[in-house]
Amino acid sequence: MAVISNDGEKSFHIGMLIYDTRYRSYTIQIFALCMFMLAVAWLLDNAITNLAQLGKTFSFGFLFETASYDINQRLIDYTSTDTHARAAIVGILNTLLVAFLGCITATIIGVIAGVLRLSKNWLIARLMTIYVEGFRNIPLLIWILITVAVINESLPSPSGFRGADPESSPLFGGLLVLTNRGFYIPAPIWGDMSMAVVVVFLLSIVAMFGFRRWARKRQEATGEILPVLPISLAIFFLPTLLAFIALGMPITLEYPELKGFNFQGGVFMRDSLIGLWLALSLYTGAFTAEIVRAGILSVSKGQSEAAFALGLRPNRTMNLVVLPQALRVIVPPLISQYLNLTKNSSLAIAVGYMDVTGTLGGITMNQTGKEMECILLLMAFYLIASLSISSVMNWYNERVKLRER
Amino acid sequence: MKIKGAIIAAAAVMAVSTAANADTLADVKAKGFVQCGVSTGLAGFAFTDANGVWDGFDVTFCRATAAAIFGDPNAIKFTPTTGKTRFTALASGEVDILYRNTTWTLSRDVDLGFTFLGVNYYDGQGFMVRKSLGLKSAKELDGATVCIQTGTTTELNLADFFRANGMSYEPVPIETNAEAQQKYLSNACDVYTTDASGLAATRATFEKPSEHVLLPEIISKEPLGPLVRHGDDAWGDVGRWVMNALVIAEEKGITKANVADLAKNGSSDPEVNRLLGSEGSYGDQLGLSKDWAVHAISAGGNYGEIFERNIGESTAIGLARGLNQLWSKGGILYAPPFR
Repeated sequence: MAVISNDGEKSFHIGMLIYDTRYRSYTIQIFALCMFMLAVAWLLDNAITNLAQLGKTFSFGFLFETASYDINQRLIDYTSTDTHARAAIVGILNTLLVAFLGCITATIIGVIAGVLRLSKNWLIARLMTIYVEGFRNIPLLIWILITVAVINESLPSPSGFRGADPESSPLFGGLLVLTNRGFYIPAPIWGDMSMAVVVVFLLSIVAMFGFRRWARKRQEATGEILPVLPISLAIFFLPTLLAFIALGMPITLEYPELKGFNFQGGVFMRDSLIGLWLALSLYTGAFTAEIVRAGILSVSKGQSEAAFALGLRPNRTMNLVVLPQALRVIVPPLISQYLNLTKNSSLAIAVGYMDVTGTLGGITMNQTGKEMECILLLMAFYLIASLSISSVMNWYNERVKLRER
Repeated sequence: MKIKGAIIAAAAVMAVSTAANADTLADVKAKGFVQCGVSTGLAGFAFTDANGVWDGFDVTFCRATAAAIFGDPNAIKFTPTTGKTRFTALASGEVDILYRNTTWTLSRDVDLGFTFLGVNYYDGQGFMVRKSLGLKSAKELDGATVCIQTGTTTELNLADFFRANGMSYEPVPIETNAEAQQKYLSNACDVYTTDASGLAATRATFEKPSEHVLLPEIISKEPLGPLVRHGDDAWGDVGRWVMNALVIAEEKGITKANVADLAKNGSSDPEVNRLLGSEGSYGDQLGLSKDWAVHAISAGGNYGEIFERNIGESTAIGLARGLNQLWSKGGILYAPPFR
């Protein structure tokens, strides 16, 4: 026997790579891989040759040259004397800001609309249908343009607030100023000892979660239900408020005031940010609503009936029985909605919001003529952002999915 | 599938590479029309009229180029481009020549790999504001919200101007002139800035142009002219000399009305005869027909006629010739001799 098997190994010949089923699949795969890599190499070579023919070199050196253009919305310090790389980072932060805000509001809108679409109230259910179908079936770009145009055209310009008897005035005693160039709210001014208030606030948040965990354990052990919500709210607000007053109100508000052409001071949310955020949220919210509705409908009616039979009230049934099971259906498609929203935010330049497509992929690309490099960097950024979002959401999905024991 | 996709993509890349490398004049002649990149819509310079026909100052230069090559000013296809897309359109071969209020700068000429053929309009960047603001100077614009077309030299000039004067401002980047106009009119911007000619052209389309003023400061030099891809000199020569021919025609008093007559009967001025093809073989040298300049001038007249008809003082835009007057009449328009 040993002799025969040795013979078999020795008698390997090249034809076996194709005719022997043990090797054939490897042969095909390696061949395919080689072809694929050749094609990629050829494409790269072609791109480099063509760039050379156009007299363009491939280098990222331009990133460290002076950008010499200004950006309106800056989350970090930036002036026109900074580099293109810094301009790109300003753009990246703007993209992340609108994507982050958009994902949160889209989820809230989506959950509410999805639940309401299942309402037994005919009017509410139909209204939600109109919302979902209206937003899903009209291109996002149009919604973005519409929202910004509505802000620009319908709200008063800063000059409307001027004079002894102005046409418009700030709302809520100066807490909110709505102009057609954006919204202003007061900004906090951090005085001495304000850090102490912040620390107290953070500690009370920790305490609140600690209390909720303790309350849940106690309920599981004894069955006794504590009034969790009022106590949580009390822990959330009271210590901070007391510390704030005890320390002599160290945090004050800076109200926006009309100076020169525009309001100065306070926090300025530009028309482009508001419009883009609103349009992205409403558009993605419409898709999310359908995902939520599908998730809820996927939980069989027997589950909620069983819960009712045990005497659970409807909101507890929803929170404890239906939603945990529905989440398993909801989360995976929700991930792709978040990814869509992030990528859709690149339409921002249509309304002059300076996201990364507007800075790196817009002005920088145009002023330096480095199309290839800029687009590659943009692709890398969106790829990394999308992969990060999806890994976070996949981790969450792991947590909520059915655990088989 | 993957491999098939890659091959198709590769073929597409290769197709682009051949287009970028060819003899443009031969390509244009083979196609039967010129592809001209123009603005997406700027009154007086490039716009479509009520019948959907392109017209304007830049458009007429495009048509003259087409007429010089084919004898037909309509042998042309217009591609509207934004400030952002224009250079990519030209570099990739989507357009053969770009007549789009484009400022001649060193980096565009050298780094972006284009060749500027000359200047067909000497301009500078200005500011437009509402009259009701009562402003006298651009130095009073501290804190203003400024609408600006993105991907242009005006963006950079603006940053420099405000920095040099120690003022702050809020830039609102806009893609096209039409959007900027809407933003400015809804008072979402205090100021609209672009080349002074563009401001005048935009203001002419407003419902009440008299409510808006241009501030006196001109903060930059903006020589606007046509450009082609670097490295195709024969094609560049055609574009350059069509433009020069129109300027020389104005110098020599050749107009749309008398060009046919002068070409047929000749003139006592030998330069006119050379220009119109009855003396010498200048058409051959350019790779065009003998009477190319006759066709180019017939398309829209000489430089002065084109200016007056599209943007001159008799039009709603009402621009004075200023620097764009002939050198012999106090301007700086100066074409090299035709010999």
